[in-house]
Amino acid sequence: MSIFVDENTKVIVQGLTGGQGKFHGLRNRAYGTKVVGGVTPGKGGSDVEGIPVFNTVKEAVDATGASASFVVVPPKFASAAIIEAAEGGITFIVCITEGIPAHDEAVTYNRLVEEFPGVRLLGPNCPGIISPGKCNIGITSGDIALAGGPVGIVSRSGTLTYQALHELSQQGIGQTTCVGIGGDPVPGTNFIDCLAAFEADPETKAVMMIGEIGGSEEERAAEWIKANMTKPVVSYVAGVTAPPGRKMGHAGAIISGSKGTAQAKMDALRDAGVHVCLNPTEAGQKMVEIVKAL
Amino acid sequence: MDLFEYQGKQYFARFGIAVSPGDIADTVEEALAVAQRVGYPVVVKAQVKVGGRGKAGGVKLAANADEVRLHAGNILGLDIKGHVVHRLWVERSSDIAKEYYASFTLDRPNKTHLGMLSAQGGVEIEVVAEENPDAIAFLTIDPVRGLDLATARRWVDEAELDVPAREQAAELLVKLYDCYTTGDCDLAEINPLILTPDGTVHALDAKVTLDENASYRHPEWEEFRATETEDPREKMAKEKGLNYIGLDGTVGIIANGAGLAMSTLDVVNQVGGTAANFLDIGGGANADIMASAMEVINADPKVKVIFVNIFGGITRVDEVAKGVLEALQRVSITSPVVLRLDGTNAVEGRAILAPHLSDTLITEPTMLDAARRAVAFANA
Repeated sequence: MSIFVDENTKVIVQGLTGGQGKFHGLRNRAYGTKVVGGVTPGKGGSDVEGIPVFNTVKEAVDATGASASFVVVPPKFASAAIIEAAEGGITFIVCITEGIPAHDEAVTYNRLVEEFPGVRLLGPNCPGIISPGKCNIGITSGDIALAGGPVGIVSRSGTLTYQALHELSQQGIGQTTCVGIGGDPVPGTNFIDCLAAFEADPETKAVMMIGEIGGSEEERAAEWIKANMTKPVVSYVAGVTAPPGRKMGHAGAIISGSKGTAQAKMDALRDAGVHVCLNPTEAGQKMVEIVKAL
Repeated sequence: MDLFEYQGKQYFARFGIAVSPGDIADTVEEALAVAQRVGYPVVVKAQVKVGGRGKAGGVKLAANADEVRLHAGNILGLDIKGHVVHRLWVERSSDIAKEYYASFTLDRPNKTHLGMLSAQGGVEIEVVAEENPDAIAFLTIDPVRGLDLATARRWVDEAELDVPAREQAAELLVKLYDCYTTGDCDLAEINPLILTPDGTVHALDAKVTLDENASYRHPEWEEFRATETEDPREKMAKEKGLNYIGLDGTVGIIANGAGLAMSTLDVVNQVGGTAANFLDIGGGANADIMASAMEVINADPKVKVIFVNIFGGITRVDEVAKGVLEALQRVSITSPVVLRLDGTNAVEGRAILAPHLSDTLITEPTMLDAARRAVAFANA
């Protein structure tokens, strides 16, 4: 099984007629994802290589029965696009847009929680989600993932997600689902959401969790793991050598004072019984050992 | 982007937050003119983006022109923790009856805003939080609903501000919240917020961090950007559109993606090296961006080796390889280059580089191998 998406998930792409939306939307379709429509205001009635384009999310949902949306629009329009998706009946929204102001993210997140409690947002500023062989929504290259499980991956970083997929696939270890939650300060979906879903998924036997400096999501995840997780977790946290006070690329990756350091996160995870590794390769090797011993 | 105190105060003033009358001065003469205009006594304050100015002699009271001349002369050019003072803020001195603390920031775990208010201001809030956490009144604010005056009134009561200060403080807090949200601040902090003996409340300091992601809707931030003193390496990188942070080590690093770039720093450190920088060429980088990245790293005299760590996703490894060759032609790259190339079009990328490989242009199969090789060059 997979989490959040599966082979039946119907997806629309908000921003399908833009350069990035077209590239990734078509790439997702080529992977086998059911990309059933696009949304661009004013371009309804046209199509992108056979994918029908609608003016609004509501029209697209009514016509196609889509339940998921892939939001690929510039930062200025992203918050409105996310809310439109929720209003239009979408229940799973993946937003890859980088550079959305933090205040917009905070308002959007809380509006979703308050007005659309059944809707899950993944991102913004994330690589998306891939359930190998079933569904790929986002920018992950499908060929580095391997179907069949038994590992679930959750990560705050895009490229390190690819690195993790690569380390496992190379060794013949497949994945159930790989979720990139993104590196922004207000992520719609966090580690705990994914860990809980992997814990509940019978096909996922072990979880790889990739964190980075900034915030306290890893520490919170550690508490949750300690109390609830029965499956083995392997973790790597990037940024041990990152200097305080500097944003390391991601808006959320910043050590403020003594808070948000990689060391504190690794200590918390280790204390929760997680196998903490010092680099992605070591994490991959550890996971191979665990899976082979299952 | 962190603002200087004077910029923070000017930003506050746009939102109707009371500050002391004052102005900037870059010379002793300008300081005298400002003092004359706002009236003695004045406070002469060093404008540097670092704490502990007072202890370092960067904040002085001046009762007359002679004292302004003396203090302004001493403070201009002063080195405070590596920050040289080029600008002063001269403001009318305030009599202080009480010092408070107020701030707004994002509460990341709760995904709400967090207000902090304390009747014990003027000292570092971290110290108050450590020694006497009950002295801080925390307020969770739903970003959808915002902060209204009624809530602010309850908040100043809870924080036990002095009664004469409460109504003014509540009004000021609503304005500060407006500045924080409408003004797109990551942090808006006043420490101290003061009550004067004659019963007025105003901001005596300003600490503001702006959210760079919101700069598209704040053209007025240009003036703040103009005063940003940057590491020359960072300035060059920014001009080329690269996400670069200068560090002190000897291994120049180029990677794609923030996480992989951070991870590369870590791995270099684990095998006994030190990173000269963080550089993320981003997703979808082409040959030109790669060549620019090589040029920026090459310009850093401390760099002894360049470590290129790429996992192609949207970024295509063949483009990266072309960029490396382009850079080698465009500028004289003085350091050896060690590459680890994986992901999208890695085979094509390695093939492009194959005829050019040498003792100083090397590929390694894994991130760890490449890190070891790079560090061996750096420590040779």
